[in-house]
Amino acid sequence: MDPIRIIRSRTVVMPGTNIDTDQIMPARFLTTTTREGLGAHLFADWRYDGAGRPIADFVLNRAEAVGCQVLVAGRNIGCGSSREHAPWGLYDYGFRAVVSTEIADIFKNNSLKNGLLPIVVDERTHGWLVEHPGVEVTIDLEQRTLALPDGRQVEFPVEAFARVCLLNGVDETGYLLSQQDAIRAYEARTGK
Amino acid sequence: MTATTLFEKLWRAHEVVAETAETPATLYVDLHLTHEVTTPQAFAVLRGRGLPVRRPDRTVGTMDHSTPTVADELYGRVPIRLESAARQVREFEKNCAEFGVELLGIQHPDRGIVHIIGPELGLTQPGKTIVCGDSHTSTHGAFGALAFGIGTTEVGQVLATQCLLQRKARTLAVNVEGALGAGVTAKDLVLAIIQRLGVAGGTGSVLEFRGSTIRALSMDERMTVCNMSIEAGARAGLVAPDEITFAYLKGRPRAPAGAAWDEAVAGWRGLVTDPGARFDREIDIDAAGLAPMITYGTNPGMSVAIDELIPQRPGDLIHAKALEYMGLEAGQRMLGQEINTVFIGSCTNARLSDLRAAATVLKGRHTAKGVTLLIVPGSQRIKREAEREGLDRVFIEAGAEWRESGCSMCLGMNGDLVARGAYCVSTSNRNFEGRQGVGARTLLASPITAAAAAIAGRIADPRELLA
Ligand code: SF4
Repeated sequence: MDPIRIIRSRTVVMPGTNIDTDQIMPARFLTTTTREGLGAHLFADWRYDGAGRPIADFVLNRAEAVGCQVLVAGRNIGCGSSREHAPWGLYDYGFRAVVSTEIADIFKNNSLKNGLLPIVVDERTHGWLVEHPGVEVTIDLEQRTLALPDGRQVEFPVEAFARVCLLNGVDETGYLLSQQDAIRAYEARTGK
Repeated sequence: MTATTLFEKLWRAHEVVAETAETPATLYVDLHLTHEVTTPQAFAVLRGRGLPVRRPDRTVGTMDHSTPTVADELYGRVPIRLESAARQVREFEKNCAEFGVELLGIQHPDRGIVHIIGPELGLTQPGKTIVCGDSHTSTHGAFGALAFGIGTTEVGQVLATQCLLQRKARTLAVNVEGALGAGVTAKDLVLAIIQRLGVAGGTGSVLEFRGSTIRALSMDERMTVCNMSIEAGARAGLVAPDEITFAYLKGRPRAPAGAAWDEAVAGWRGLVTDPGARFDREIDIDAAGLAPMITYGTNPGMSVAIDELIPQRPGDLIHAKALEYMGLEAGQRMLGQEINTVFIGSCTNARLSDLRAAATVLKGRHTAKGVTLLIVPGSQRIKREAEREGLDRVFIEAGAEWRESGCSMCLGMNGDLVARGAYCVSTSNRNFEGRQGVGARTLLASPITAAAAAIAGRIADPRELLA
């Protein structure tokens, strides 16, 4: 995984509340056995009509969305299914951060493991971002800050270990594998 | 010793390495359930790194999400209709064989929805940590197991190390008192709880369901409640094990037997929240006042009692958007709303007791003209059991389609879909936009409410059809 430190990008705003992972990646695309290419199906039922044509006024189909790395979603995103296909699709499309007031646990975990930053901000900041689509923001993972164009900076929480892994491009599986001795000792101690 | 919660006890017993400010805990996984949809990329990672499955003896696979429910497809008399599903099934067979994982495969007599067969076979036991690449793993918490859903990267981590990196959750006690009225089921109770908590109300928390109402529930009912904990955003749901739990497990094929059984039960008895232990938060629910519930919106928190009106929420755009998708109006009565499809199935409500309950309503009656009723048992065992009791005949005579087990129309991955714009009363757990098919409109309810709707062709109060 590539290290992440700074994300500087314009935002795409998708104001719907409680956007669940079935919307992010509908179930019929879960039959894939790889993780590549899912960006094409991201938000498929909102993005394309019944005949598969792009719906012109859906935000991801607009010219200004091209190249944006930061998705500002309505309050609470990622609830529902544990499908990692949701963050895979967001990442494959080009997003590197998702901002909301609340982010569901499994989706948050899955995102952190795939180089997609889940960023929870306060209601006021969130409200401002929703009302100002397309502004350029700067996310600094080292400092845990999100800077708005007027210079305001807000801090966001990020799990300490996941942050270190992302900053250094280290994957967690390697860390778990390095704990073999402790795992063996636990198994011996508990008779497992 | 300070008084501790059940969650705390389960957590401590599985800490391989405790958490610190810098690092999450390394938590041991006792049972890893796997299925065809969320594993291919995890096995690919193992292959890429040249790693074996560390504990194949703690890993069990089954197929449920994309498998056909039509017998001819299931038993290979005709090809599986969806090529993508067929590919996933074949790939999972190959992965399990290559890595030595036990597979209750497509034609296995014990196959079924992963959250139904774990308990049914006695694999699910109090005190275990149980994970699966599926959010409804919370179901197993009904046994006093710490059970939660994980993503595919984590599936790979568990396959490789039998461990997960986890931060400790907060605790939320859901205290439920009072007897459920006639025709009011565990499904109605959990829908009411989610309505109270909201779909993000449980985020970061493990719910412990407590109180006299919960203690009086059967294991099937407790599973229905814990199953939907995730719909309140919770990491997991828990019910402390008791005599009802032990009686359910005794004699199950994978449960301990003989002296090991007595020893296990003695240990399980300690799996309770100590008197005086503190939860981070508590809520109280009065069960006695509940009526059958039904959802009207596009998340499981948007529900009403069956005889209530859809609430007016002027200025609430989310509410308005959900109603627009559903083709319903604020202030409208749910009773009498016409419906097209009824689905009785899923890991929430496809156990034998659910099928029996539906049969009490369907017996001697017939579905309304134009209504499709699909009944999909939760496992092949349940299917055989139901057929032994003659439930299949009750269903077929009532005009239902009776199928092989699987997730089926709960998420429509196998091609069992609700038509665009059609209303489906479903005993499953999610009414998200498009969940049961593009443009499908899902109304979540209990098996008896679903059965009553199938008979009436519209939303009906099941209490009027119960003898
Ligand atoms: S029945 Fe539905 S909710 Fe349950 S595991 Fe299958 S798809 Fe998921």
